[in-house]
Amino acid sequence: MVSPNTPETPGGASSASGQSSVALAKVDVPRSIHDVVIRLAGNSQDGIQSIGGFLARLAGRSDQDIMTYMTIPSTISGGPSIFQVRMGTGEILSAGDRADMLVAFYQHSYDAHISSLRPGGVLVYDSDHVKPAEGDNRFTHVAVPITTGTVEAVGGTSKDKGKNIYVLGLIARVFDLDVAKLSALIKERFGGKDESIVRNSMLAFDAGYAWPQNNLRDLFYRFEAIDRATITSGRPQVTMDGNMAIAYGLLAGGVRHGAGYPITPWSSIMETLRVELPKYGGLFVQCEDEIAAISTAIGFSYTGHLAITGSAGPGLSLKMEALGWATMAEMPLIVVNVQRGGPSTGMPTNVEQSDLMQAIYGSHGDTPRVVLTPKNVEDCFYIAIEATRIAREYSTPVLILTDMALASRIEVFDEPDLPKLMVEPKADLSDRGTDYKPYPLDRITHHAPAGSKILSGKYPTVTGLEHDEMGHPTGSPKLHMQMTAKRREKIKALGASLPAPEHTGDTAGEVLLVTWGSNWGPGREAIGRIRAAGVKGGHLHIRHIHPLPSGLEEIFKRYHKIVVAELNDEGLYGFGQFAMMLRARYANPAIESVCKTDGLTFKVSELVAGVARHIESKELEATLGTARQSALAKA
Amino acid sequence: MSATALATPPAPASVPLTKKVLVADHPTWCPGCGDFAVLASFYRVLEKLQYPHEKIVTFAGIGCSSRFPYFVNTHGGHFIHGRSLPFAAGISLGGDDLHVFVFGGDGDGFSIGGNHLVHTARKNVNLTYVIMDNSVYGLTKKQTSPTSPIGFKSKTDPWGAFDQPINPMRTLLNSGATFVARSHATQVNHMTEMMLRAARHDGFSVVEILSECVEFYEGAFDSSIPRKGGKWTLIEEKKNDGTPEDANRHDVTDEVAAFQLSQQAWPGSFGVFYENKTRLTKNALEADLIKKTREKTKHATDLQVLQNTFARLR
Repeated sequence: MVSPNTPETPGGASSASGQSSVALAKVDVPRSIHDVVIRLAGNSQDGIQSIGGFLARLAGRSDQDIMTYMTIPSTISGGPSIFQVRMGTGEILSAGDRADMLVAFYQHSYDAHISSLRPGGVLVYDSDHVKPAEGDNRFTHVAVPITTGTVEAVGGTSKDKGKNIYVLGLIARVFDLDVAKLSALIKERFGGKDESIVRNSMLAFDAGYAWPQNNLRDLFYRFEAIDRATITSGRPQVTMDGNMAIAYGLLAGGVRHGAGYPITPWSSIMETLRVELPKYGGLFVQCEDEIAAISTAIGFSYTGHLAITGSAGPGLSLKMEALGWATMAEMPLIVVNVQRGGPSTGMPTNVEQSDLMQAIYGSHGDTPRVVLTPKNVEDCFYIAIEATRIAREYSTPVLILTDMALASRIEVFDEPDLPKLMVEPKADLSDRGTDYKPYPLDRITHHAPAGSKILSGKYPTVTGLEHDEMGHPTGSPKLHMQMTAKRREKIKALGASLPAPEHTGDTAGEVLLVTWGSNWGPGREAIGRIRAAGVKGGHLHIRHIHPLPSGLEEIFKRYHKIVVAELNDEGLYGFGQFAMMLRARYANPAIESVCKTDGLTFKVSELVAGVARHIESKELEATLGTARQSALAKA
Repeated sequence: MSATALATPPAPASVPLTKKVLVADHPTWCPGCGDFAVLASFYRVLEKLQYPHEKIVTFAGIGCSSRFPYFVNTHGGHFIHGRSLPFAAGISLGGDDLHVFVFGGDGDGFSIGGNHLVHTARKNVNLTYVIMDNSVYGLTKKQTSPTSPIGFKSKTDPWGAFDQPINPMRTLLNSGATFVARSHATQVNHMTEMMLRAARHDGFSVVEILSECVEFYEGAFDSSIPRKGGKWTLIEEKKNDGTPEDANRHDVTDEVAAFQLSQQAWPGSFGVFYENKTRLTKNALEADLIKKTREKTKHATDLQVLQNTFARLR
């Protein structure tokens, strides 16, 4: 058996297990490809997520970019699980509509996912468990005895544990990945455990790596080379999911206090913060419920420590009354909402963007508040820092509206410039002068936290009752109007200070595709395809959902149609939640919607088809429905 | 330092905290309300404690009694209905040198905020909670409350309430509160003593004060007012003096004895039911976690900690 760690001359060994369905090539010359989409389908206990994790971290240490797409069943263990990874050279914008390679561990994996494979793609299946349809010659069939291969390689009592690492070895060989770096990653991952785990993992890896070399030598690819120095910051790349990026962004932004209650898919943020914050001298409290969590967080903010709480849709609903208080009392606060399929328990492990209206308008009374949405995993980090800045500067709650897709997706990005970004927080307990008022009508509120001396001797009250400038309750109609305006005007002032949103493609023309949140990548890729079909079109991505940045009206006027893509229902009036808001705000009848509620992220082809529905373009229509050939297809 | 602070001459040496300094807005309660006496006792408590003025925080939820903080000139305010305990927990844990007092009524504490009462008590967050129990919803004008007795005629039970009321002492003991006491708004000295001991207790301390609503439940607590023919029964605390009579006195550290006291027939006894000085507060436990974690990181700066984390994600 050939091992990458004890290499033999290529072609020197003969097949030890199974028959190849592909003829052996004489010379191993890898074919150059730009990117590849690999879908791994199995059960959740097979550890296929960890294959994705290894590939992502390898990409981070190499010249590739990577995006992953993960679904986990709501069960704890067992049941179907998939992990899709798209890796390639340069910028990877979406997880890929369809796969170039499908690795099917079981018959149900094959049955459920064979339709996701592109024509000409490669089906790798465990010949111990899967019988593919006979005579299906759309794909290259590769039968690999994954289970017996793993059992033979590892031996002992571990049964078929290690199948994932076997497949990782196989993928490493097929795509000519850096074995030394992968081996190092495996050793790092399992290094803290029993020594035999590292040894067994390496045995499985070597066996998987050897299999193609011995059996299908013409399935051999390499990613295009790239000069990293020209496209990156020069800092190393890091690999993480969106929830981690938010947690670390908050730490960089100086958040040292928080409180939460477990709910999918928010929990991993609170787990990270609970473990990390004590290292920074801070603390995170797990509360008895969602209401207690936001209340405790506001209590922290009241002592001068900007605090974070968070949840997913139903939990955010529970927090609404307290959020109203934070708006009324003008307390800085960060609230993360990781959107999932709703309403109610809905589809807790699927993505949806149906909490937009709740985030902006949920709660009682007039509660102008700030809502930011990250566009990808990297942006989760930066938007968290921005949220902390806004919350402090405007003494207001700020919502970060992320989603299940970002929460669980692993991406690779340049390590942030931490020394430059790091905020060292300190509660401002300085003495307040004799003219101190908690709610001055002519200025933005900046509270005197409990513990700070008020030299006038008149201590302030903070309250959810309408109040005068000193915080004392009032029923005065004039003061209610003035204070309502005070709370509104500061958010308007923030809106006026926001940078112009990212606008790419044609600056005027037939169609403007508008996206928010995690639809950024597919939106950008879609506008590329739309323009390639000859349609003049632009892409506008909005991160600052509320307040909106200025200047959108003028941009909208330059296009015949404005198509807003979002993962929510078109509602009673035919428009998604953001489209509804934009129509109300700009009264522009050219604003249209592309919506869907299948619990999955947008495919690029769905966006192209959605735009085609709203504009008349024979060229664009002609591109629809044509499944592109896989990059792995045989010439 | 804020700009205004720089423009101001240095503060005079701190003035002693007297009632004059502590009084804020004039109370909005109805004439004759028991809450006036609670407020007067609280001024006396703060006068005795002489904490630095800026370190005192007075907060409340929603209800008649929850107007309390507006009448006390300290840092403080008014949170949402029933949630003042988790809010105050954030204050206590966020500012460990603060002296946190929470006021509320029976609706705030035992009904809408019942869950929070249990968990704040169980975690032993260091703060003092004063429940001004009038056994009726007063602010909303006479609905049945969780402590309204069976037979109480309210707007929501005009035929007389029939739901089993909460036993406050039993509920608090069962939740794990480490200081539990009961007092009466007509007994100013006793109230002051109970609040004082609660404030000095390291941990979650609760004092339930029967405070009559003269508007909607007049005479609710007459059975414990001697001048109205009632019986005022004080808990005699064990002195550990070896005398024969000491054997019959109440041991405040004895949880079972405290439960037994809570089972007495109405109007029951007044005083300290339970006091646990050994259980660590959440404040102390969290501080210890931070201390140990910081030792493990060798007191790395925030930047170094985050840089190390990112290095592991390469």
